[in-house]
Amino acid sequence: MIAGVGAAALTPYPRRGLPVSVIVSQLFTGVSIGAVLLLIALGLALTFGQMNVINMAHGEFIMAGAYTVYVLQQSISSAGASLLIALPVSFAVTGLMGVILEVLLIRRLYARPLDTLLVTWGVSLILQQAARDIFGAPNVQTSAPSFLTGSVQITDDIVIASSRLFILGLALAAVAALMIVLKTTSLGRRIRAVVQNRDLAAVSGLATGRVDRLTFFIGSGLAGIAGVALTLIGPIGPAMGTNIIVNAFLVVVVGGIGQLKGTVIVAFVLGILQSMVEYATTVSVASVIVFVAIVAFLQWRPQGLFTLRTRSLA
Amino acid sequence: MSPRLRTFAGFGITALLLFAVAPLVLGDFRLGLLAKYLCFAIVAVGIGLAWGRGGMLALGQGVFFGLGGYAMAMHLKLADAGPGELPDFMTLYGQLDALPWWWAPFANPVFALLATVLLPMLVALLLGLLIFRRRVRGAYFAILSQALAAAFAILLIGQQGTTGGTNGLTDIQGFFGYDLNDPVNRRMIYFIIATALLLMLLAAWQLMRSRYGELLVAVRDAEERVRFLGYDPANVKLVAYVVAAGMAGLAGALFVPAVGIISPALIGVVPSIEFVIGVAVGGRASLAGPAIGAIAVAWAKTALSERVPSAWTYFEGLLFVLPIVFLPGGIASLVRLRRRRTAEAPAAPALEKVPS
Repeated sequence: MIAGVGAAALTPYPRRGLPVSVIVSQLFTGVSIGAVLLLIALGLALTFGQMNVINMAHGEFIMAGAYTVYVLQQSISSAGASLLIALPVSFAVTGLMGVILEVLLIRRLYARPLDTLLVTWGVSLILQQAARDIFGAPNVQTSAPSFLTGSVQITDDIVIASSRLFILGLALAAVAALMIVLKTTSLGRRIRAVVQNRDLAAVSGLATGRVDRLTFFIGSGLAGIAGVALTLIGPIGPAMGTNIIVNAFLVVVVGGIGQLKGTVIVAFVLGILQSMVEYATTVSVASVIVFVAIVAFLQWRPQGLFTLRTRSLA
Repeated sequence: MSPRLRTFAGFGITALLLFAVAPLVLGDFRLGLLAKYLCFAIVAVGIGLAWGRGGMLALGQGVFFGLGGYAMAMHLKLADAGPGELPDFMTLYGQLDALPWWWAPFANPVFALLATVLLPMLVALLLGLLIFRRRVRGAYFAILSQALAAAFAILLIGQQGTTGGTNGLTDIQGFFGYDLNDPVNRRMIYFIIATALLLMLLAAWQLMRSRYGELLVAVRDAEERVRFLGYDPANVKLVAYVVAAGMAGLAGALFVPAVGIISPALIGVVPSIEFVIGVAVGGRASLAGPAIGAIAVAWAKTALSERVPSAWTYFEGLLFVLPIVFLPGGIASLVRLRRRRTAEAPAAPALEKVPS
């Protein structure tokens, strides 16, 4: 089921030679699927994992980030420069979209998480149609910068596209940056305080509403970064968000909410699992096998890989 | 009027509308559309039970709708092809020379009819056992059910040779010996569907007013307390989920002769979540609300997309946003509000309270 970001978007790697090299090349494929999943799921790990808000419009924020690259390339001809400029611009654009969404709708629904899911789905439909009306229904293409169009030869059999390596680096950098913000800055401390005990944070004088908006800004902004990355490996279209959002939520669910490390590990494990099973069977069968594997995993750890220890019964 | 009498009156009026007024007023084409909407309404009744009363936001009902639909369509395709022949699409895409083993039992009409309802219930039972026993709930359950819909649609699309792939199973001509091109037979299908909807509403009503129905609401509102009282909430939820799956399967099975097609586009993530919107608009925790909402939303979709196609998507988006934010109880809560103003009796227990 990770096909949307996985095999379909990947150039197939050589499937010849010794089994070892097959395994290694499938591992690389899996890591690269995992990196995309991680980038997509990272923002969700913050908004869903930390704030318990199920934002179905996250996929459309990713789409908005991708279209930002497209718009920037209309005015900046250099593909490399536009890509680098797009990273902060997309972050700001989708972050602001997130804040608007939070202020207008999500704030009213904190007590009703499942309703948030449906409401943000409605928002995602509106955003998709808006993209169709503004940019047209067909997919658009952006040009990749020259330093990302080549590939890196690792062994005789294993070749990795530079864009994939770039995405892996971007994903790891985003995780590192987010970790640093959460662990060392005062904003991060406030975010963690609100997550762990909202009432206590409020009586201690934290403006929890403001922290919520900032958290949502960062989480939605990460969707913009993911959108920029996705322009390197596939076309940009109004429906691109829908295809990936389900898998991204699965990553956060299986990783366990409240902690980033679960999301990171599960993104790569699911990516590798997907690529291995796809190699052994087909894309469509793999999607079912991965789903069954997830349900089986939840038998063992129903709250996900890592959980915050609480005394709550619920 | 006592509540019970009012419900009976409601059933009477619904039956009158479905069996007398609609066939008289609507032409063949519109009646066919209404048949389709009624199928969605049957799914909605099940979702109302699972979500409105049980608190389980089932975002994957398309899977059960699809299982029922494919089971029916497989039988009808085999019946169309005649004994010993392959359905037309198999020779077209798959170059198959023999029927796949899992198609074979569907040639038997009794097996196929049973499968339309029992197969979805079985899948729901297995998944529900695994999920509810481990106390996976709330948003986790919603996301898992949605992932199931995604996986199922991808699986169907991938197996083009045996499932028809993206196109699905199309061009169904007959229904147990009746020619579906004949308008009279299409009317018969409509009456079958209307009967099924009434029966499902009755079943849902019986479940809701039983002790089980109260237990279900209790689990929705305070699962741990119910556990401490000695019940197993997993079993309580399982029953509602399995019943909802069976209703979705029945609806899918009836959808096939009414519309003549079943395809992955009707059962994936997007249509699955569309099943929910009618329930939210109509009033998730009420009896008639989900069905009325589903029919209204489906009707609005046809009416709007006929005129301005892109406007429908905006409107649908707003349908998800506005009623849920500002009117969580749906249309049903408006009716109840008016009734409560006029009634002297103290408020009933919060059976129809809207779950989060």
